[in-house]
Amino acid sequence: MSGEQTLQYIFAGITVGSIYAFVAIGYNIIYNATGIINFAQGEFVMLGGMIAYTFSGFMPLLPAVVLAVLITSAVGSVIESVFIRRMRKTSVLGMIVVTIGISILLREAALYIWDEQIRALRFFTGSEISSVSILGARISPQVLWILGITTIIVAGLFLFFKFTLTGQAMRACSENLRAAKLCGIRTDSMVNLSFMLSAGIGALGGCVVSPLTQTHYAMGTDLAIKGFIVAILGGLGNAIAAVAAGLLLGLIESFSISILPMAYKDVISIIILLIILVVKPSGIFGSRQASSMKDY
Amino acid sequence: MKKFLAALLVISVVLLTVSTSCKQKEEGTVKIGAIFAVTGGASFLGAPEARTAEMVVDEINAAGGINGKQIKLIIKDSAANPEKAISFTKQLIEEDKVVAIIGPSTSGETMQIKDLCESYKVPLVAAAAAEAIVDPVAGYVFKTPQKDSYVAKWIFETMQSMGIKRIGVVAANSGFGNAGKGQLEKYAPDFGIEILIAETYDRAATDLTALLTKLKAQNVDAVVNWSIVPAQSIVPKNMKQLGMDVPLFQSHGFGNIKYVEAAGEAAEGIIFPAGRLLIAEKLPDGHPQKENLVAYKSAYESKFGEDVSTFGGHAYDAIMLIVEAIKKADSLERTDIRNALESISGFPGTGGIFTFSPSDHNGLGMDSLEMLTVRNGQFDFLK
Repeated sequence: MSGEQTLQYIFAGITVGSIYAFVAIGYNIIYNATGIINFAQGEFVMLGGMIAYTFSGFMPLLPAVVLAVLITSAVGSVIESVFIRRMRKTSVLGMIVVTIGISILLREAALYIWDEQIRALRFFTGSEISSVSILGARISPQVLWILGITTIIVAGLFLFFKFTLTGQAMRACSENLRAAKLCGIRTDSMVNLSFMLSAGIGALGGCVVSPLTQTHYAMGTDLAIKGFIVAILGGLGNAIAAVAAGLLLGLIESFSISILPMAYKDVISIIILLIILVVKPSGIFGSRQASSMKDY
Repeated sequence: MKKFLAALLVISVVLLTVSTSCKQKEEGTVKIGAIFAVTGGASFLGAPEARTAEMVVDEINAAGGINGKQIKLIIKDSAANPEKAISFTKQLIEEDKVVAIIGPSTSGETMQIKDLCESYKVPLVAAAAAEAIVDPVAGYVFKTPQKDSYVAKWIFETMQSMGIKRIGVVAANSGFGNAGKGQLEKYAPDFGIEILIAETYDRAATDLTALLTKLKAQNVDAVVNWSIVPAQSIVPKNMKQLGMDVPLFQSHGFGNIKYVEAAGEAAEGIIFPAGRLLIAEKLPDGHPQKENLVAYKSAYESKFGEDVSTFGGHAYDAIMLIVEAIKKADSLERTDIRNALESISGFPGTGGIFTFSPSDHNGLGMDSLEMLTVRNGQFDFLK
């Protein structure tokens, strides 16, 4: 394999990996605040892409994306206050099942509101045929957008959870909801905020990846599964780990294609997931101590 | 207890009258079943198919029905799930007692119910494309989309005229994709074309850069992509982003203008064989299919406000063929309908001119397809 090809495979891996990472980050935020795995995360991504596409028909791209993020955040907030809040007494497992139900609900609603056709948001810079050449290998400018926005989000989340009072309060909620409440934290609004944040980030992801992957009402399920693998692989609760794991999985898949038929791609990624879970159940970057305190 | 028994009696009497009145009402109708993937991963096939079938049936009923009888179309949504297709088939045959079934949308589902329809002796006119549906021929199973082998041969003929010798093939890992890949591999040697690499990808694939890098490394003269899934728009985008300037051929699954829109500029120059529905207005006047095609296209587009696709056309052909067969047979016996279907000849549909025979249950020739390309975001003749 020539150096140029190797680089091309790396770029291909990064492209796919950054899409996975975007979904995984969303899982982590809600998990951090509630301990729930929100399986409707993929649907937030889908909603973001769909709404932005609709608005982009009669306004520039930037306001369309902003509106999509805001509307999806609102949907996340409504979901939390209508379903999740009322089921606090249910076990965490029960809540996860509820999120699966919500994902089906959102998917069917999207089919009803829009239709079964695929849509693609226009490219942020350039078009379908433009590509940037780096050392002889080519990459779509959209991938640079995805990477840039992922970096900004991860850095922002890191600072938010580490240094702001709200961020610390959200983390406290996940450690122990009752203790957090006793400390005077408004746990309800923290959990609600986590859903809004996660839905908003998912929607933003849906907008950035739409030009490449296209948006379809049923795209959420597949994204949710891959994003979940990545979140587990990195160690739940850590956004930076999710990005690292996402890129790692993307690269593994990409290089597996270079030597094996593509049909084996998912088999390889699942085998790696199983090996990691057996060897290190808390994920590559997760701490054993932290994970022993969680429900999962 | 007495009250309870009395209530039970009343209920059963009511139920009995309802069911008998239903029966009486339905004696004057022709029941046709339809199985389409209206939702799920193949909804871009099933949804236009279901809409088309409903529209056509409404039109026929408004015009007086078949031989004075109204058609009752019972549509089931299989969501492209073969298990659901099987149970819906049984339900349509045993409970609804339909005279014939149209659909399913996907080749995988159709292959699952092929034997079922054969053993129940119920005519099935499939809207799915794989050649295995009618090869080997099953007495009661027909299909409307053009044969895969014609598509493969058209692609290779065009390649020959363009001087293309070494190609790469990518196909979706689905019934349709695998069948197409098989046809390409089967006929390539006949045309002196060498397939350097043939790969399948997951139908939910969102990025195929890595796969295309592998093809690029082989220095192929052209790429063939065979699928019905949205990846049809991803392949051209990824090729352009990788700087691959070789021609891209696609299967007849590309017959949906939405895929062109989703691929944008990257769709320019894609070459694919398809029925004439997509270029109905551009056909010369007097073409035997033109009148039908333009009528269906304008009716569909004005009713649903969306562009017509070849898939809806397959359902149009399926229902029209069954209606024609029932008219011809002048009977509602399944066997009579089957025999009438098999004897249909020179019937103009959207996919081509259908002429069935005991050995050919597709009824279309090589000339049912036309090589098309994308020019300025529109489908157009290649030449």
